[in-house]
Amino acid sequence: MNFLANKWVAPWLEGLGRIALLAREALGSLVLLRVPWRSVVYQVYYIGVKSQSVVLITGAFTGMVLGAQTYFQFHKVKMDTATLAVVSVSMCSELGPVLTALMVAGRVGASIAAELGTMRVTEQIDALRTLATHPVDYLVVPRLVAAHLALPLLTAEAICIGIGASYWVGVHLLGIDPTYSWYNAIRYTDAFDVLIGMTKAFIYGGIVALIGCYKGMTCSEGAEGVGRATTESVVYSSITILIANFFLTLSLGSIVHLL
Amino acid sequence: MIEVRDLKKKFGAQPILDGVTFRIETGESAVIIGRSGGGKSVLLKHLIGLLKPDSGEVLVDNQSIVSMNERELLPVRRKFGMLFQGAALFDSLTVAENVAFALRHNHRMAEGEIRRRVATALEMVDLPGTENKKPSELSGGMRKRVGLARAIIYEPQFMLYDEPTTGLDPVVSDSIDQLILRVRDRLKVTTVVVTHDMRSARRVGHRIFMLHGKKIHAAGTPEEIFHSADPVVRNFIEGVSNPKEITF
Ligand SMILES: Nc1ncnc2c1ncn2[C@@H]1O[C@H](COP(=O)(O)OP(=O)(O)O)[C@@H](O)[C@H]1O
Ligand SMILES: [Mg+2]
Repeated sequence: MNFLANKWVAPWLEGLGRIALLAREALGSLVLLRVPWRSVVYQVYYIGVKSQSVVLITGAFTGMVLGAQTYFQFHKVKMDTATLAVVSVSMCSELGPVLTALMVAGRVGASIAAELGTMRVTEQIDALRTLATHPVDYLVVPRLVAAHLALPLLTAEAICIGIGASYWVGVHLLGIDPTYSWYNAIRYTDAFDVLIGMTKAFIYGGIVALIGCYKGMTCSEGAEGVGRATTESVVYSSITILIANFFLTLSLGSIVHLL
Repeated sequence: MIEVRDLKKKFGAQPILDGVTFRIETGESAVIIGRSGGGKSVLLKHLIGLLKPDSGEVLVDNQSIVSMNERELLPVRRKFGMLFQGAALFDSLTVAENVAFALRHNHRMAEGEIRRRVATALEMVDLPGTENKKPSELSGGMRKRVGLARAIIYEPQFMLYDEPTTGLDPVVSDSIDQLILRVRDRLKVTTVVVTHDMRSARRVGHRIFMLHGKKIHAAGTPEEIFHSADPVVRNFIEGVSNPKEITF
């Protein structure tokens, strides 16, 4: 038990603490200095372009599968026209943000960790420091701000594609009535569902960027270190997103309930 | 002025530096020699706060830097230029962007002025017209010279060189030595050179420190070091290895 605590729990807690310190440093830098918009725009572009294919495919096929499966169940109780409403609500508040974030963690989080990890092992981060530039200002802040901005955009894209694809499957392949489908979808999808989804996406963007930057900047020597940092950044951000999603659903849900 | 007092550093359980003490005056050039893996690069990184000692002091112009955090160190580092052993160029940027980095980020300078200075700096290191190349297109020696241009362009008060001539051909080595001397004398730069190129040590150093056994083993002018009777120093200068170490 003690062994377990030393081997797993202590490093885990230490990592969590260091990521919190990194977040504080980045926030301090944002407050103290101007946001480097040029690099932020470049990073948004980079994150967005890198993620187009995965986000489109994930969004479309998740929407289609969800639509088809919901139809098969609802058809038994003659609720065909509620299919799109179910797809729309679950895409907006759960599947859209979570799946997009997982995909972005796999593509962008990994590439951030690999890039910063390579910079670290080739002493480029040390060189940056000798040139009187804070690595957090130059490397972390643009990526963090860009991920915060890009993930809600990508999530919105995935949601639209998902609902559109599900509509297409429902109406053209399964023969659901299009007018009632739209009517129900709009009626049962609350503005709060969209708001919750966007809030989650905003938070997951920060998780992906922070863990990617942290893993890259603390990576150990050599090619092996960079490889490990890359893998770990994907694994840890995915797990963190899934766990955070549960708590966000609970807390955001109860906030909306209060309003 | 750079002063190091009783500096100790361990990586894990392995001690690398154990009580290093020396002082380098303003305008002086010091050469640190020692065996590969002896901790020369580690020592150099302590002078600019890239590494924190386990104990001991590092003073830059009478100001202790060991307890400063990363942000407090920024103004101190503005006084320093450093050439890394592997050049450490930013490989996502072009040569010109690498060289201009400090001017763009710390000195708010007009774009035309930056371009002019970059061209001058590249001229100085004998690489004119390479502005738009990427570091991956350059040879090791060229990269080192770009690294040098990047460090001297903002005319720092202190220059740290980590093995500036290692792995270069004799002609290029000679031009780098001359460049180090020129920078030192023209800008009155306090210079610290880590090397095991004895020819270069003799030319650029006012004083030579030998790092051996995790401490400064010997210190003196090049004349004193080259005529030293100390067996460790003699072996190093003459490049004699202990035959007992070679076993097949
Ligand atoms: N960041 C580090 N982590 C662990 N060990 C290190 C680190 N940097 C250097 N070392 C070790 O310190 C010793 C001295 O390295 P270094 O200063 O690079 O030697 P050199 O005198 O050739 O420049 C080496 O054994 C090296 O393995
Ligand atoms: Mg070295």
